[in-house]
Amino acid sequence: MKADPKGVLTGAHYLDGDFAIAEGALAAGCRFFAGYPITPSTETAERFAERIPFVGGVFIQMEDEIASITALIGASWGGKKPMTVTSGPGFSLMMENIGLAAMMEAPIVIANVQRGGPSTGLPTLTGQGDMMQVRWGSHGDYKIIALSPDSPQECFDLTIQAFNLAEMYRVPAFIMTDECVGHMHEKVVIPPADQIEIVERKWYEGPKDKYLPYKPDKDLVPFMVKAGDGYRFHTTGLTHDERGYPVINAECQDWCVRHINDKITKNAAKIIKFEEDQTDNAEVVVVSYGITSRVAVKAVQQARKAGIKIGTLRLITVWPFPEKRIKELSKKIKAFVIPELNYGQMALEVERASAGQAPAIRVSHMGGWVHDPEDIFKAIKEAAK
Amino acid sequence: MKEEDRPEEKNPMEDFLRMDRIPHIWCPGCGIGTVVTSFADALRKSDLNLDKVAVVSGIGCSGRVAGYVKFDSFHSTHGRAIPFATGLKLANPDLKVIVFSGDGDIVGIGGNHFIHAARRNMDILVICVNNFNYAMTGGQVAATTPLTANLSTAPYGNFEYPFSLPYLADACGASYVARWTALHLRRVTHSIQEALQKRGFSFIEVITPCVTLYARRNRLGDGLNLLKYYYENAEIQHGADTRTLGISFQGRLIVGKFVDREKPTFLDCMNDHLSKALGDKYVKYGVKL
Repeated sequence: MKADPKGVLTGAHYLDGDFAIAEGALAAGCRFFAGYPITPSTETAERFAERIPFVGGVFIQMEDEIASITALIGASWGGKKPMTVTSGPGFSLMMENIGLAAMMEAPIVIANVQRGGPSTGLPTLTGQGDMMQVRWGSHGDYKIIALSPDSPQECFDLTIQAFNLAEMYRVPAFIMTDECVGHMHEKVVIPPADQIEIVERKWYEGPKDKYLPYKPDKDLVPFMVKAGDGYRFHTTGLTHDERGYPVINAECQDWCVRHINDKITKNAAKIIKFEEDQTDNAEVVVVSYGITSRVAVKAVQQARKAGIKIGTLRLITVWPFPEKRIKELSKKIKAFVIPELNYGQMALEVERASAGQAPAIRVSHMGGWVHDPEDIFKAIKEAAK
Repeated sequence: MKEEDRPEEKNPMEDFLRMDRIPHIWCPGCGIGTVVTSFADALRKSDLNLDKVAVVSGIGCSGRVAGYVKFDSFHSTHGRAIPFATGLKLANPDLKVIVFSGDGDIVGIGGNHFIHAARRNMDILVICVNNFNYAMTGGQVAATTPLTANLSTAPYGNFEYPFSLPYLADACGASYVARWTALHLRRVTHSIQEALQKRGFSFIEVITPCVTLYARRNRLGDGLNLLKYYYENAEIQHGADTRTLGISFQGRLIVGKFVDREKPTFLDCMNDHLSKALGDKYVKYGVKL
């Protein structure tokens, strides 16, 4: 279906990434936002609070991030497409109920405008230290979807995507951006509403007494209903059967946990998006995402000038990780170079996927600023040897 | 009369409970079940469309209520029933949202959410079953445990001051505040009926024996004895100053309806204020036109 024009601010704008996320959410049909102020993500909440009165919906500033994320799950079951935005410390507080959303299979969207961590770290400066936390942060085994925009335009585009994916797969979906992209002002083109593709969750329409909130459909995603429509359904954070009733034994645990993982794993090929350039004859492939991919451009140009056969792979979907493609590439190249604003997180995934075929050379920057392209270039030269 | 000629007997709770989930897990002598009965009774006596009733619980013995009631029901995480209910209510303002949970859940781990929902006058009803301890985990000291009561993490008796829940709710701005014991069945039912009619944050505390842990550890007899003891030690004082409602170990319990005031809810305030501030451009939310 097409976007509701009420939320779409069609035109060319000069926006920062944080604002673009808010506009993406409104365009995607988000009408419920619960959040708690935290640098450098607050502008998204501010923009939503300013805009929503004219669109029709709710903005609520909750008492903390725990409340914010939990309110999202309630709102999701209330039939809304909900969103929150946060950064490091707030993201950590959300972890428990990200697990609840995964377990209840409630579509919600969370943007993390990353800053330097751990702990309070660098509140006003950039980082990419939460890339593993987004995947593994809540306890137990579950899967999520995470996207990483590299520009304000992509903040807008991928926020819409995140809503579509959350709805399609009944899963928490994340926008993993960072302070740099969040505070970077660039041109953002918002298309007319009828050019914005919107996906809604699969609403169940069968007989009321036959509804099973966790019965997987062909694509493994169960149908959803909303509270108040007479289905009298139950849902819980406990291990549950298709009815949503708690069943405390190993058999049900096996079914339940496999289901929430399989739903993403078996649809991964449909979910994963990346951008690849000149990898055909490459000896070295730079794998990057978010702001780091833009810094890497300079180093790649330098490498090409120096005659190094170099390709790039920019992750748009960071989770699920495009392990198949990395594996294929690993058989043909000398090495991967992975610049990240952390000690080396997605590099672990590259290493895992390449399974010893090609080394994963880290260019680690602990955050606070972006890489000096020279450092990436040096690593490329080393890798090409 | 032959068996097949008898009119089919229907359990009076059938419309309200998920009979396929009964028997419940609560101990004999526990008061949670009687509060659920009062809740069902209040709903039966109300003219609410039961399809629009949603129940949210957290974690704990009382947190299991959401799993037994036959409404749209949500068993959330520990302490988070109130923010879950807040999201649900705001997303779908037609719903009558009831939070049913225990003292540890609502004012222990969830205390922050409780005070803020009351402050905002969020339009939900919170029924808090207070058994003075963390029962599901084996009887640990709680934010509601009276001074000197013995529990597994206060093995020499509790020395922390407890919360007085009606005082807390009142101070935070709740629209409706009442307290009963689980044996005040009709009173509890009546309070729930009243609170269901109320718009805004309503809070009902129901004092309940925890027979297996709190009562046994403190040698207070069986559930029935303690239930009776609470009932007989209760003094009804409607409208009592909520500053006077503290609970001491096996002391007098002041019960009744303490607060019943009219004030605009969160959504009323949002719609009124933004209409004034923005005029016709404001798109009202959750208001039946």
